[in-house]
Amino acid sequence: MSVVGERLQPTLFERSRPGRGGGKIPHPPAGALDRIPAGARRATPAALPELAEPEVIRHYTNLSQLNYAVDTGFYPLGSCTMKFNPRLNEWAARLPGFANLHPMAPDAVAQGTLQLLFELEQQLAEISGMDAVTLQPAAGAHGELTGILMVRAYHLSRGDTARTEVLVPDSSHGTNPATASMAGFRTITIPSAPDGGVDVEAFRSALGPQTAAIMITNPSTLGLFERRIGELLEATHEAGALAYMDGANLNAILGRFKPGEAGFDVMHFNTHKTFSTPHGGGGPGAGPVGVRSHLVPFLPAPRVVRAEGGGFRLETPGERPQTIGRMRSFVASTGVLVRAYAYIRAHGAAGLREVSDDAVLAANYLKVRVGEAYEIPFDQPCKHEFVASAARIKAATGVRTLDIAKRLIDKGYHPPTIYFPHTVEEGMLIEPTETESLETMDGFADALIEIAREAAEDPELVKGAPHDAPVRRLDEATAARQPNLRWRGMTGAQTPCPD
Amino acid sequence: MPYGPHAADDRARMLDTIGIASVDALFEDIPEALRASPLRLDEPEPELYLAARLTGLAARNRVDLASFLGCGAYRHWSPPTVDQMLLRGEWFTAYTPYQPEVSQGTLQSIYEYQTMLAELTGLDVVSASHYDGGAATAEAALMTCRATRRERILVSRGVHPHYRQALATYTDGAGLEVKEIPLVEDGPLAGTTDLAALAALLADPDRPVAGVVVAQPNVLGLLEDMPEVGRLAHGAGALFVSVIEPVSLAVLAPPGEYGADIAAGEGQPLGIPLQFGGPYLGIVACTDALVRQIPGRLVGLTHDLDGKRAFVMTMRAREQDIRREKAASNICTNQALLALAASVYLATIGPHGLRDVAALGAARATELEAALAAAGAPRIHAGPYLNELVVRVPDARAVHARLLDRGVLAGIPTADLFPDEPSLADGLLVCATEVTTPAEIDLFASALRLELAGAAIGGGAR
Amino acid sequence: MVPGDLRYTKDHEWIRVEGDEAVIGITQYAADQLGDIVFVELPDAGTGLAQHATFGVVESVKAVSDLFAPIGGEVTGTNDALAGTPEVVNSDPYGEGWMVRVRVADPAQVDGLLDAAAYEQLTAEG
Repeated sequence: MSVVGERLQPTLFERSRPGRGGGKIPHPPAGALDRIPAGARRATPAALPELAEPEVIRHYTNLSQLNYAVDTGFYPLGSCTMKFNPRLNEWAARLPGFANLHPMAPDAVAQGTLQLLFELEQQLAEISGMDAVTLQPAAGAHGELTGILMVRAYHLSRGDTARTEVLVPDSSHGTNPATASMAGFRTITIPSAPDGGVDVEAFRSALGPQTAAIMITNPSTLGLFERRIGELLEATHEAGALAYMDGANLNAILGRFKPGEAGFDVMHFNTHKTFSTPHGGGGPGAGPVGVRSHLVPFLPAPRVVRAEGGGFRLETPGERPQTIGRMRSFVASTGVLVRAYAYIRAHGAAGLREVSDDAVLAANYLKVRVGEAYEIPFDQPCKHEFVASAARIKAATGVRTLDIAKRLIDKGYHPPTIYFPHTVEEGMLIEPTETESLETMDGFADALIEIAREAAEDPELVKGAPHDAPVRRLDEATAARQPNLRWRGMTGAQTPCPD
Repeated sequence: MPYGPHAADDRARMLDTIGIASVDALFEDIPEALRASPLRLDEPEPELYLAARLTGLAARNRVDLASFLGCGAYRHWSPPTVDQMLLRGEWFTAYTPYQPEVSQGTLQSIYEYQTMLAELTGLDVVSASHYDGGAATAEAALMTCRATRRERILVSRGVHPHYRQALATYTDGAGLEVKEIPLVEDGPLAGTTDLAALAALLADPDRPVAGVVVAQPNVLGLLEDMPEVGRLAHGAGALFVSVIEPVSLAVLAPPGEYGADIAAGEGQPLGIPLQFGGPYLGIVACTDALVRQIPGRLVGLTHDLDGKRAFVMTMRAREQDIRREKAASNICTNQALLALAASVYLATIGPHGLRDVAALGAARATELEAALAAAGAPRIHAGPYLNELVVRVPDARAVHARLLDRGVLAGIPTADLFPDEPSLADGLLVCATEVTTPAEIDLFASALRLELAGAAIGGGAR
Repeated sequence: MVPGDLRYTKDHEWIRVEGDEAVIGITQYAADQLGDIVFVELPDAGTGLAQHATFGVVESVKAVSDLFAPIGGEVTGTNDALAGTPEVVNSDPYGEGWMVRVRVADPAQVDGLLDAAAYEQLTAEG
């Protein structure tokens, strides 16, 4: 159980030895804590690890090398848009003027950041065809919640209390129905049509005076543009409901489709997908939300607005009484948004359109190549990602998509998204992004084709993969049945803190 | 396109393989009537000019002031180990560790984070991260409702007003009731949660309470009687949520020790820059009994097929991608890189260093209190505080604005935080940390003395 | 082969009547579809179940499924062993992997359920 593999690292707690470290913070004068009553004080020091700086650096450097990342290789994780993260943006976010600005600093002190946020709102509004944007949400799902709470506030403001349902296609991200529940709505799941789009007839029959909103991902999670989107939007509005667009796949349609112009009422952006802000091993992201004018009164507070007499300011409390309120502690994940702003400025209109053109071109090219050995269930041109299926391989060899994904690791690639959307049997959702070269894509396609051959010739080889990763497949069942979520029993006794 | 990889004929080769003449053919499925109007954005900006523009914007922020502003976000020294480690692409350009075989770095770092925060909070289970302190507090309150199947939350007015506002936004959608517990207005306990009022609110048999939310230290910097809050909450069958600040936990009793069921708070003080509000680190920790109610990712220790120790995201069936509309929360993307920052910070400064950070901040705050009192602005509360305090300054908003011109960011007027509390109309909430210098304190005190003298002479006009 | 002496639902629960009580679990087919079961959430004794209503949840590593009551009645006992060893639902779904006992409110509801042959036909159709 506690065998640590060759490339694996002992934990901080196994490395810790009493008395190591120090030299960082001066000791406070004696009696600094005398005013803290005994009952409120910590009796025994926290059992945190004690390490010297060289060990800290080695620990985390070695750990980092157990990760696969965009910087180390091709990461075609569908729905996640794992594009290159420009280094200028990392530099910019760390400029002291941005990095050291306190979120409750007065407006007069924060003019640079306020201007940046204001301009970014304008840029995102233009890109999406929306009338206004809030930068407050910290992630896509947070943006969804913001958007659906605004939908709720909108209906209630009109005295319309009967709208209790949100319609969601069966291929949607799980965040959509989870969001609807958090906002107090019931989710109605709409089936997909055989072409992968929303089943419009089923959709129409589910719509009614009880429908608050529809949540549509467009292009869909299958990487397909919702061709009957015009009909869906019209029917939605005829029923008095609002249309929410999950903008996870915006990277495919920059400059080609503006959701606000087409009739969506509200949408979120994922800056960590479309606008290249880094994914950070799971986050942070940012999930700005754009709205049409009828939802502006409900935007979270505070917004960044122009100040009388020039400059910018945050709204004051009570300034917009119909606001849904605050979604988080402070105004936005500004450090993430500096990066998104830099990305949009570096590209301009022509560059952003080229981003989408190249992302879609790459996906369609890779689809043709992967189609040499895998089924492609939908023949419509894909957008920035496509679904391939290993159902035929599974039937013939017993090798599943999961096995193929693990075998890709041996061949030096990050696996695509697998078993999502749930609507495709043995599916893999492949998204190359616009920042991968032709050689990289060819190498990946060749690897997938070779795995298909291996599955036929030596299925056990594929089923046992990965063979060449830091660890083999994990016992996830035991991890869930007897959760061990923290280390207990650190090496060595704690030394008392000098007072 | 500045970051595109294509050589001159690559696009042509791709078009050829697909069998189309132009990329436009790939967009023909967008109905004509719905195609976008032209994008109106500025011209693409070469990096050289863009860098200059960004430098110029950053320079318009004034970060050179002697700052005494805390109130939920704190200036601390972050050892360079933190940011330099964060710049490794293996960390910041990876995503959620869905494939554990190639994500052991991220997974182990999160497990270590969970462990260190469990140590600090004295609780068993720590989520891999939430958005920030406000969102974490809201999620913690929702947890109490799921666990107790009750629908009423009591939150102290000593909890940061922004957190209370976020909590109100979250609970409004879920149809839950939130009631605020007042603060004591005067006497030795002034500024702390009114425990008699809490007891009365808990005593209503028709409106059972799911959770009681109290901050330690509270937003005015004061220490609360947390063991008593816990006793009152549990006596009424409610859960107890402690809103924490992690650096303070080096010296203050951990929530697990005084009976908290959940701790929620802001991890920014653990080496994360202020950056105007985010990205920050939401902390949620709870007892083992509540493990199935905690939202967000969890990393557990297990082993691989060869028996090698390894880490994996676990108890996944609680989450939105599997449970969909029945998930505990909709959270997906979290703040993993900030949890890494907090971990590297804690590993670098160690337990004694963290205690020194907390105690040195307290010592500087003592000096600040004395200097401001001598300048004519005494504390307005009597109870013990750690490193944040409220001083009485007549016409505090105007004085605060004028001090900016003297190079001092004099905390925040308490009237901005509590517009409806007459007892806080003339206060400044000020903060000191280990980075506060005696010279900054002198500057603040002398500037304040001048302002107060000017006000006495000139009636507030300049 | 499914046990011939049990009744079944189209949601893959089984029920065995023992006097005025009945024992309920999930079928081998359901357990196989879910994969490694890691957690079972069951109602407290004394809870009243309505026929067809959800009464619990089964989680595997990567899936989750609601439990639907084949019949109505009051819960008289639950299989507490599943808290520590949920894997017995995979290894012995009709025996050690049982989930709840209920007092049968209306025996006619049992008669309306699928018999073994009908259930086998259902799962054979996929």
